[in-house]
Amino acid sequence: MTEELSKSKAVRQKSVGEYFAAHLREYGLLLALIAIMAFFQVMTGGVMLKSVNITNLFLQNSYIIIMALGMLVVIVAGHIDLSVGSVMGFIGALAAILMVNYDWPLWAVFPVCLTAGALIGAAQGYWVAYWSIPPFIVTLAGMLVFRGLSLWLLEGQSVGPFPKEFQLLSTGFIPDFMPESMSASLAETFGARRFNTGALSLGVIGSAVIVYLGLKKRARNKAYGIEDEPKSFFIGRNIIVIGGLLFICFKLATFRGLPNVLVTMAVLTIAYAFLTQSTVIGRRLYAVGGNEKAAKLSGIKTKRLTFLAFANMGMLAALAGLIFAARLNTATPKAGFAVELDVIAAVFIGGASMSGGVGKVIGAVVGAFIMGVMNNGMSIMGIGIDYQQVIKGLVLLAAVIFDVYNKNKQG
Amino acid sequence: MTTILEMRGITKTFPGVKALDDVDLRVEQGEIHALVGENGAGKSTLMKVLSGVYPAGSYDGEIVYNGQVTSFAGISDSEKLGIIIIHQELALVPLLSVAENLFLGNEVARNGVINWPEMYQRTDELLAKVGLNEAASTTIESMGVGKQQLVEIAKALAKNVKLLILDEPTAALQENDSQKLLELLLELKAQGITSILISHKLNEISQVADRITVIRDGAAVSTLDCRAEEISEEHIIRDMVGRDMEHRYPERQRNIGQPLFEIKNWNVWHPEHKDRQMLRNVNFNVREGEIVGIAGLMGSGRTELAMSIFGKSYGRNISGEAFLKGQPVNLSTVDKAIKAGLAYCTEDRKELGLVLEESIVSNITLANLEGVSRGGVLNTAEEQKVAERYREAMNIRTPSVHQKVVNLSGGNQQKVVLSKWLFANPQVLILDEPTRGIDVGAKFEIYGIMNELAAEGRGVVMISSEMPELLGMCDRIYVMNEGELVAELSAEEASQERIMSFIVTE
Repeated sequence: MTEELSKSKAVRQKSVGEYFAAHLREYGLLLALIAIMAFFQVMTGGVMLKSVNITNLFLQNSYIIIMALGMLVVIVAGHIDLSVGSVMGFIGALAAILMVNYDWPLWAVFPVCLTAGALIGAAQGYWVAYWSIPPFIVTLAGMLVFRGLSLWLLEGQSVGPFPKEFQLLSTGFIPDFMPESMSASLAETFGARRFNTGALSLGVIGSAVIVYLGLKKRARNKAYGIEDEPKSFFIGRNIIVIGGLLFICFKLATFRGLPNVLVTMAVLTIAYAFLTQSTVIGRRLYAVGGNEKAAKLSGIKTKRLTFLAFANMGMLAALAGLIFAARLNTATPKAGFAVELDVIAAVFIGGASMSGGVGKVIGAVVGAFIMGVMNNGMSIMGIGIDYQQVIKGLVLLAAVIFDVYNKNKQG
Repeated sequence: MTTILEMRGITKTFPGVKALDDVDLRVEQGEIHALVGENGAGKSTLMKVLSGVYPAGSYDGEIVYNGQVTSFAGISDSEKLGIIIIHQELALVPLLSVAENLFLGNEVARNGVINWPEMYQRTDELLAKVGLNEAASTTIESMGVGKQQLVEIAKALAKNVKLLILDEPTAALQENDSQKLLELLLELKAQGITSILISHKLNEISQVADRITVIRDGAAVSTLDCRAEEISEEHIIRDMVGRDMEHRYPERQRNIGQPLFEIKNWNVWHPEHKDRQMLRNVNFNVREGEIVGIAGLMGSGRTELAMSIFGKSYGRNISGEAFLKGQPVNLSTVDKAIKAGLAYCTEDRKELGLVLEESIVSNITLANLEGVSRGGVLNTAEEQKVAERYREAMNIRTPSVHQKVVNLSGGNQQKVVLSKWLFANPQVLILDEPTRGIDVGAKFEIYGIMNELAAEGRGVVMISSEMPELLGMCDRIYVMNEGELVAELSAEEASQERIMSFIVTE
């Protein structure tokens, strides 16, 4: 009896360290992002965290993050999609032709382009799911086909510019919805030229929601006796996340406010996090990637899920294509070239497993930011594209080696 | 007669199990020595010790070969001395030619450059020796299993075989192919090659074997000399199964009701080999509250039967009818089979039953996520409750239901699989080798769960290779042999000897 007691005590004392070890990957990723940002903040002499640069970071990386959401779903299901860069470019070209050459209105262009993307994804998913053709091959073919089709559609030219409203998709900002007098006085307080109070208040609301949901989950876990992160970790993590969120919102407020793409991205991220973690479809997706045969024998329609994962990926690639085209204000045959590699790298840096069944939306998003911050920071520092590629490659390798090492150590 | 091989006091232990216990085996020069015993008796383990698959040092005892004590660090050591083992699953590369396979790892080459003419010539010689009329350039893939088996033997001849070990060589063969193979064995014997033959087919054994060693529960129980006197199959069977009931079975109140589930004229073909029929006119039924057993060897079609019923998960051209409570029922997909009230607990927990890297909770609810969700959104609190309920009911030993199932012991993993299917609330459960690879205590618990299920009026179908457990648990036992149900025995009629006699005689 006493032995039992002392044993359980020892377990409890060890648990903080053990918890950290078991979740090293998740905290490590967040800490790595912070460390990388801090590193570039110093190396760029403070340019990194300037309002304008933070805004740029979001504008530059939004399309990668949006595709990383779809790619995470595909990779968790145990597959891969190499065609997303080409599909993105193709849809950008399609939108450009429809708007510039045929004068289609926006309300028609959007649904047509998103549907076209979904159909492209579905066409590829069909071969993967129902014919068991390796996704590597199917999407490699897709990559070539849609690269070629973009060239054909654009006849090798750049097509633009686009209507103003279309550009807002990427370059627009959420207008300040708070009273102007309030913003003016805040601008004065902070010594900024202008201040978007709406942006900051959205940050405050977001923080409150994060804390509220976190506490609610903790309370529920406690009620059910589910193992949860130690209190110190919960507080520490929330301080970092909320601090980061408020800092970013504050910085954005002193520039032009929240970019439209940031809101699009945030909404999609939350939606996909919910889909993967809290719905029946999400659970089945992980089961298919984890053990397809067992999933099938549990009555899961594995083929249909694979098919849908690819269709979904195609749709997100289409959205990314629209955003990218809107940002450049022109569609070029080179748009989306080699972007699939950044997207896939982001998902793997975020902790997903090549063999499927493992990976989280939040990880993929943080992974994409790590890549984005490195791109941005190294460009500001004036590091050549040659070294940039080498460094990004090594970071990807290191992240995956870290995963494998961790897993071997645990197993 | 000189002795070519003597294995003395071989003892091999796996974690928690003594697979071989002080086994002696003596094989004479130039004889065909048969090794018989039930599934899991230890025959294959003994042969793996002999061929160096289990290296010296991983077992106790000694191997004397041609009068010398030898020890093998690996399979290449034993092959050097001419001891060649042909496993049940053939080790041929399907897309390579016969010649390439025969000399795989042993190519006719100088400085790494292959001498194709010589290799083809030697291939032709070897093929002639085994009586196989095929071109040396034929790919393995394009041949039937019978011919592939001959290629394996030719491969052994290419390695200058002295002692040939065949592990169930005829299990996958048609009647005339088997016959050809046996004749070849006799021919090789005439050329002075010694063979050890592992087989379940006693008629084949009495046809070719000079002596028979019977292995039971990891021990050699007898060696019978067929040259001195006729050995009856009954005698061999008695030696094979003659053990006391070593497990106990929980008491059960039998309360058998109306017919619940019935399969009529069930025919199934092999998913890849179109002309190979795996199941032939199978008819069986299970009643409410009844535990029905299906006995038979591995590969006799038991698993194929269960999986083809369960949403056509195995085979092609499936025909036949299924009835639930007298009504025809559509079982064409797994989804429909589950909704109709069927559950199938696979024999291969890790490959087919569990998502190993997921938690106990998500594995338990996987087949019935509707039961813990509303409008497609999971209620994780409810899910947790469900998992805790089964953890308690099934006595799953784990610190937390959020533990990954990969970290559980075999018995506890099996309980998770059972929980998954119970949560789907089936009327009929098909349990395929539910106690394989788990310890005695957990076995007893699983028997108890089965009894409870029957007591609730569900029908339980138990597929097992362990005859004592079938006899201890079942109200009725079907015997399956080569894709057909060859016998139906009531609990009173059934005995190990009777079941075995249906399994070993064709």
